[in-house]
Amino acid sequence: MSAFESIHQSDRAVKRMTRRRGQELRFRLFGLGAVIAAMVVLAWLTISLVGTGYTAFYQHHMTLEVFLDEAVLDPTGERNAENLRKANFRKIIQEAIYARFPEVSERRQKSALFKIVSASGATNQVRQMAYANPALVGRTLTLSVPTSDDVDQLLKGYIDRDAPEKRRKISNQQIVWVDALKATGEIKSQFNWTFFTGVDSRDPELAGIAGAVVGSLMALAVAFVVSVPAGVGAAVYLEEFAPQNRFTDFIEININNLAAVPSIVFGLLGLAVFLNFFGMPRSAPLVGGLVLALMTLPTVIIATRAALRSVSPSIIDGALSLGASHTQAVFHHKVPLAAPGILTGSIIGMAQALGETAPLLMIGMVAFVTEIPSGLTEPASALPVQIFLWSDSAERAWAERTSAAIIVLLMVLVTMNALAIFLRTRLERRW
Amino acid sequence: MILEIFLLIAVSSLGAFFFGKHLAQSRLALAPVGGLSDRAHSLPGYHGYFAAWLVGLAGFAVAALGLAYPKLFNGGLLLALFVAAVGGGFAFSYRQIGAGFRARIQVERFVKGALLLCSGVAVLTTFGIVFSLVFESLRFFEQVPLLDFLTGLQWSPQTALREDQAGQSGAFGAVPIFTGTFMITAVAMFVAAPIGLLIAIYLSEYATKRTRAIVKPFVEILAGVPTVVYGFFALLTVGPAIRGFAEGFGFSVPTQSAIAAGSVMGVMIIPFISSLSDDVINAVPQTLRDGSYALGATKSETMTNVIFPAALPGIIGALLLGVSRAIGETMIVVMAAGRAANLTGNPFEAVTTVTVQIVSLLTGDQEFDSAKTLAAFALGLVLFVLTLVLNVIALLIVRKYRERYE
Amino acid sequence: MVMAETNVVRADGIFQPVLPKGDVVDMAKKRREPDAEKAKFACRDVRVFYGASEALHGIDMEIANSGVTALIGPSGCGKSTFLRVFNRMNDTIPNARVTGDILMDGEDIYGKKVDPVLLRARVGMVFQKPNPFPKSIYDNVAYGPRIHGLAVSNSELDYIVEKSLKRAGLWDEVKDRLKESGTGLSGGQQQRLVIARAIAVSPEVILMDEPASALDPIATAKLEELIDELKEKYCILIVTHSMAQAARVSQRTAFFHLGDLVEYDDTQSIFTNPKDQRTQDYITGRTG
Repeated sequence: MSAFESIHQSDRAVKRMTRRRGQELRFRLFGLGAVIAAMVVLAWLTISLVGTGYTAFYQHHMTLEVFLDEAVLDPTGERNAENLRKANFRKIIQEAIYARFPEVSERRQKSALFKIVSASGATNQVRQMAYANPALVGRTLTLSVPTSDDVDQLLKGYIDRDAPEKRRKISNQQIVWVDALKATGEIKSQFNWTFFTGVDSRDPELAGIAGAVVGSLMALAVAFVVSVPAGVGAAVYLEEFAPQNRFTDFIEININNLAAVPSIVFGLLGLAVFLNFFGMPRSAPLVGGLVLALMTLPTVIIATRAALRSVSPSIIDGALSLGASHTQAVFHHKVPLAAPGILTGSIIGMAQALGETAPLLMIGMVAFVTEIPSGLTEPASALPVQIFLWSDSAERAWAERTSAAIIVLLMVLVTMNALAIFLRTRLERRW
Repeated sequence: MILEIFLLIAVSSLGAFFFGKHLAQSRLALAPVGGLSDRAHSLPGYHGYFAAWLVGLAGFAVAALGLAYPKLFNGGLLLALFVAAVGGGFAFSYRQIGAGFRARIQVERFVKGALLLCSGVAVLTTFGIVFSLVFESLRFFEQVPLLDFLTGLQWSPQTALREDQAGQSGAFGAVPIFTGTFMITAVAMFVAAPIGLLIAIYLSEYATKRTRAIVKPFVEILAGVPTVVYGFFALLTVGPAIRGFAEGFGFSVPTQSAIAAGSVMGVMIIPFISSLSDDVINAVPQTLRDGSYALGATKSETMTNVIFPAALPGIIGALLLGVSRAIGETMIVVMAAGRAANLTGNPFEAVTTVTVQIVSLLTGDQEFDSAKTLAAFALGLVLFVLTLVLNVIALLIVRKYRERYE
Repeated sequence: MVMAETNVVRADGIFQPVLPKGDVVDMAKKRREPDAEKAKFACRDVRVFYGASEALHGIDMEIANSGVTALIGPSGCGKSTFLRVFNRMNDTIPNARVTGDILMDGEDIYGKKVDPVLLRARVGMVFQKPNPFPKSIYDNVAYGPRIHGLAVSNSELDYIVEKSLKRAGLWDEVKDRLKESGTGLSGGQQQRLVIARAIAVSPEVILMDEPASALDPIATAKLEELIDELKEKYCILIVTHSMAQAARVSQRTAFFHLGDLVEYDDTQSIFTNPKDQRTQDYITGRTG
């Protein structure tokens, strides 16, 4: 100890310091705990989604020998489209699967047997082939048809084989058949292309996200075309041309408030104005896009203004000193220099629009759409809405597909945000 | 049809551009060259732009007229008007273009006008929201008295389809909805406020630059996750987890409950609170920290005694913005909170919120004039006013706070 | 400035009245007097790095136990950096690193057992820009005693606040508005409030980093007067860019140039008879 004994070196102060250090440590640990808690939830979210969703990316198919019996499909032998349209393809599939298990004769057993394959999936597949090539009728084809969702779930291990038979969606007998087929390699798992190329369906094994993705892309395109030019224009006006007056203040307040209006209110606006007042079609990507455009407008405006502000004002002075008009200085120099920031803001705005669901529900983009929309005014769904629709179904097969659709959505969003960050760091100019 | 009209206008406008540009080129070539005053004012391109704007605007005016009053003008008349307007635009440009014409000034005037119009979209949107909500709400309040709506304790909007149906009289007492909204918001803020604040404090005062650079984007991912994903997470994972946990203690909790929806919503709000508070805490001048450290204060003492009080207004603003988010959030509650309008104080029960009711009233088939549909707009109005007030207060507080340290 | 005797002075060592007069003053003086001529700080080969760049290149210096030591030099010479070595404020700057020995009363203040928080209670600091907390005047002064537990009762705290404000020459100006915000005071008052805040913790040393640079001449004169009074009780180190100020308030002056200690002597000698050419250039205004 030194010659001078400060009160801050007394035993009491030192003891007190130990206590204060303890407080300090606790405080710090609380902070760290909060960070860890947030990370844990994020990890939990990811794991739970990937854990339920990854199995949707593969699906079990069954190889089936299908005899396109002329007697069933086209007894008159005319082979015209009319006859084929009426033809009972379902029976063809039934016969095919009964033929695989000739020992099964009882009616209820047969019906259980048929439930191994996806009835509408297999039927549609054969029908498409026969339509495309009527000459196939009378021939025997080796086809790979999707199994029913219950069989698929069984083989993915989601159905408890030890549970009492009555509480299972699949009977003991069916399990025996499936296991036999699996053992011979007649049932195999393969990449689930249907999920990416298919549209919404009542049967999970046939459902895909293509329709919803196209709907989302259309709505997003409309939103982009409307909100980016309008947003950039508004931002340039407010930053560069707007006089200091009450009207400008009013616009500014408006934009700030719009940014915080709940998205569902934009949906109500779309319903009341676009659908009821202007009579635009329900469920259309055009209306969805317009609503999303209005919703993302403040984001684009705010990002663009920030980008414009970060450009040194000396650029304008330099251009003016060369005899450029103010408008020329802004559009020739300032806006191009702010372009990376504007681009980043637009991408982030579009990412926000892509994930938005609530306003689309209001304007009816929540319909059961079984076709890929072909135009901006056709009924369509959107990827987040599709997720919402599927999430309502209780079956395990739907939960799996919902999670998979979420994984796709999140991947797209991550890509968009990564692109925004990449562009920002890549194109950003340091002053 | 609309697309064709646009195309027609665009083509005319493009034609006018080349017309104006070439005309100017030939006329300006004849103009005297030399002293500042007698040189041509604008480049030929600007004359082209001038003609293009003029023609385009004239075409638009006619098209707008036709669209607004479709009954007054038949197709032929409209086409004639269109041709006349576009022709007039060409003729006027033909007269004006020349060395003495200040085309650039005119074009810039057009451009500024267009930019102003863009800003007007935001204003129009606000007006659109306010008018549509107020208008439809007024129609609703013609059928259901305002007082009943605001103070009624019974919410069952299903109106009777047949006379003999019992218990389907259609009650529009919104109190259970408000309490449900309030409860879920409370649960969400109970999760988000402490965690968000502590994250902000940790990242701004304790974390190294490296940690901050890694952790911050991860926290912000939480803000970028679409709400429908959170909703599914609440439904698929959190709800059952809470139910299982409660069953362990002998309680029975439904999968859809205020606590499941609220806590997941809290997770969604964490990044809003943490990044806003982070900004606010960083805005507290370093000199205050130095002053406190120089007196022998520890970091936590400095934080709680100096920085936190100094940043309090801004933090309150951040919390209010969080509350506003929670009230307006839709998908999480639609998927995870349930739809039954329970008047309850128990967060372990299913409750409903303003947004959930808007969705359930407006999805599915509907006739637009029924009290049931109009009720959604009344609820929308309540939602809009509530969030607007919260935002305005929050922005005012934050702005005042910023001014203090500038 | 004569302090009124009050009955809240406690003799158990937890609270030593700040700058007491009378008996207690004698006690304080007694503590100090035997070593009055000894060095308060002894620095050996002190280097400060910001990341990879070295801001101070091995300073050897002893700081006297009493009186005012001024650190002068052109901007960027490292004098402020050096000042912040003594209360380890450099610790709060990421990437900053201090090497060498700094002994305070023979004890290495960068030693493992030294808690920088307690060190800062012993070595107070006043900054370039007045930085009162956005709290009341009273709470500004009471903050330090509170965190260090220097007062066990409210009346004791009142006593410390009053004494500190009196010592800082601010009491008469603020005694009727102790509850008002400290940020509402004028710049000169704020700087004296900050000094009162530092005094309230009962430090042994007060570091001042260009304390008058944000003040007008009248406030500066008042501040210098205050420093002159404070030097009786505290070891004061002051960084200043004003040579006139150094000449007025300090007994010893150290001249820094580009991270080196060029010359260190009695203030008188430095200003009348500088030994180094660089010092001479600086004080005659040829560089700076």
